[in-house]
Amino acid sequence: MRKRTHWRDNLRLVGLCLTIWFVVSFGFGILLLDQLNQIEVAGVRLGFWFAQQGSIYVFVALIFFYARRMAAIDRDHGVDED
Amino acid sequence: MELQTLTYLVVGASFALYIAIALLSQARSTGEFYVAGKHVHPVANGMATAADWMSAASFISMAGLIAFLGYDGSVYLMGWTGGYVLLALLIAPYLRRFGKFTVPEFIGERYDSQAARIVAVLCLIIISFTYVAGQMRGVGIVFSRFLNVEISVGLMVGMAIVFFYAVVGGMKGITYTQVAQYCVLIFAYTVPAAFISLQVTGTPIPQLAFGSAVVDGGGFLLGKLDRVVTDLGFAAYTSGTRSRVDVFFITLALMIGTAGLPHVIVRFFTVPRVRDARMSAGWALLFIAILYTTAPAVAALARLNLTQTIQPGPVGEADGNLAYEDRPTWFKTWEETRLLQFEDKNGDGRIQYYDDSNAEFAADALAYGWRGNELRVDRDIIVLANPEIAGLPDWVVALVAAGGIAAALSTAAGLLLVISSAVSHDLLKGVFARQVSERGELTAGRISAGVAILVAGYLGYNPPGFVAQVVALAFGLAAASLFPAILLGIFSFRVNKQGAIAGMLSGLAFTLGYIVYFKGVFVAPFAENVRENWLFGISPEGIGALGALLNFGVAMGVSMLTPPPSGQVRELVERIRVPSRGEQPGRGEALERC
Repeated sequence: MRKRTHWRDNLRLVGLCLTIWFVVSFGFGILLLDQLNQIEVAGVRLGFWFAQQGSIYVFVALIFFYARRMAAIDRDHGVDED
Repeated sequence: MELQTLTYLVVGASFALYIAIALLSQARSTGEFYVAGKHVHPVANGMATAADWMSAASFISMAGLIAFLGYDGSVYLMGWTGGYVLLALLIAPYLRRFGKFTVPEFIGERYDSQAARIVAVLCLIIISFTYVAGQMRGVGIVFSRFLNVEISVGLMVGMAIVFFYAVVGGMKGITYTQVAQYCVLIFAYTVPAAFISLQVTGTPIPQLAFGSAVVDGGGFLLGKLDRVVTDLGFAAYTSGTRSRVDVFFITLALMIGTAGLPHVIVRFFTVPRVRDARMSAGWALLFIAILYTTAPAVAALARLNLTQTIQPGPVGEADGNLAYEDRPTWFKTWEETRLLQFEDKNGDGRIQYYDDSNAEFAADALAYGWRGNELRVDRDIIVLANPEIAGLPDWVVALVAAGGIAAALSTAAGLLLVISSAVSHDLLKGVFARQVSERGELTAGRISAGVAILVAGYLGYNPPGFVAQVVALAFGLAAASLFPAILLGIFSFRVNKQGAIAGMLSGLAFTLGYIVYFKGVFVAPFAENVRENWLFGISPEGIGALGALLNFGVAMGVSMLTPPPSGQVRELVERIRVPSRGEQPGRGEALERC
């Protein structure tokens, strides 16, 4: 049972992270490129910025967020490794 | 000191470092040879993964590619970083929990099938050899350009170095040399980038240069760049020309492919705990992101620099273009290597650099008295010539050479190791000679690493005509064959061996077929590689994503029609999904010494 709820929490977290992953890259960087390019910050078109910079920053943050949250989930379910 | 001598010194010193590390970290057991004894610290593994991942192509070619593709180049940036999110969330921690040595081993056990394991080995070998040929070529090219030696000599030296630390040290030796190689390559990449950024925008941080104004007037960097290139008939830098669908699929194929590349996955087998595997993926991507966020800035800065050097005055005025005899020194240097080629088509003694394939710009060009684009620029020049264009001291140029070699060697070593472990562990120990002793297996691993290096060296010296095409192939195959099989193996209980094998083979056949159809590998292409002919408007570079979807569909469909996997397989899946308190990290897991 403990394992089942652990897996459910894991999937929920993965789902959230993958949604963000999709939105910043495929969403902001590709599908919504033209709309976001209308917005310019410091001379950089926003869609272009997400495609070449922003998505990468979010990816890095996302993995660390996932790793930390997962460590907490492991602990809560008593399956952490130490 | 002569630049040549200095370069020899810097490159030589870096080689001495790698050899010293190899001597200090010899592999004494198969566990150390395949997965460095699972004792690697997550941050060290992150650095090693970054070096493993960033190849000669990332180091030498990527910024140049982006410089000439503009927005379209984003597929590489997002594709080759976003894959780590998939790796960290969907693959690495579970395979670390599985706790064995290779990717085919996981597929073989999860699907309880030697056939599945052999199919996986086949995919792994095709993918890895494709890749490694390009790396060895990269080593040869760097040697010949910076050290003025024959490509063959450069290759030989590169092979000898890799042979030494891969064969002696196995994964353990490779890991710690990769850490050193990461430091060399990232330093070599960021130093010239900081200088060029400082010169053009006044800020030494390339990532900030994107949002800065240029110092010689004309407003913000990207706005000015868009203006300067469109004035010459080129596509606007920030909008690009590929169709949205194609950009989407190429990005997806590169992401899935990244997460399915065996030499990357196996790096996460080397950390002590599941938790470390997750964290380590974060560190890996952070270290990669340092280069990957610098590259697009270098691309934009260098493109502006180059365009303005050739076209210092207004477009269309007779003296707006650079006179050939006034060309700067770096121009002459790189003309000798033929990376820059000038042909005075209209005989005015000046260089015209514009897009002569743009029909709308043709009339203007004709009116200016231009008779076609006169400058051919190899994109590799963006990184290689950067220090000279920016007028940096010789030691920086020497460092770039060492960095390029480090990038190529580290990736080559990682690839050679997965090839050798697939042969010695999966084929030999797993299938054909199951009684082989630990010592025998270790020797077999060393021999197959040695043979793989010879084959890679041969491929690097005689690159098959399709090397440029095969990058798409390597990623497409990794995406369409291995990734779905691994993912379903973790996230589904129901997918069985029939499903997995059918899925892998259909993904492989479809992707391979599509690429051969348009690009012709070994045979002539069957159709012209243009948008009108593509399936759903997806180019061969992006077809791996569709191949992966096909693999998922076939695997699930066939599994539904055939009996479910055994209870043992179910237990395996249950086990890898959850970390365990009971198992002590990195100890007692097949680490017996011989």
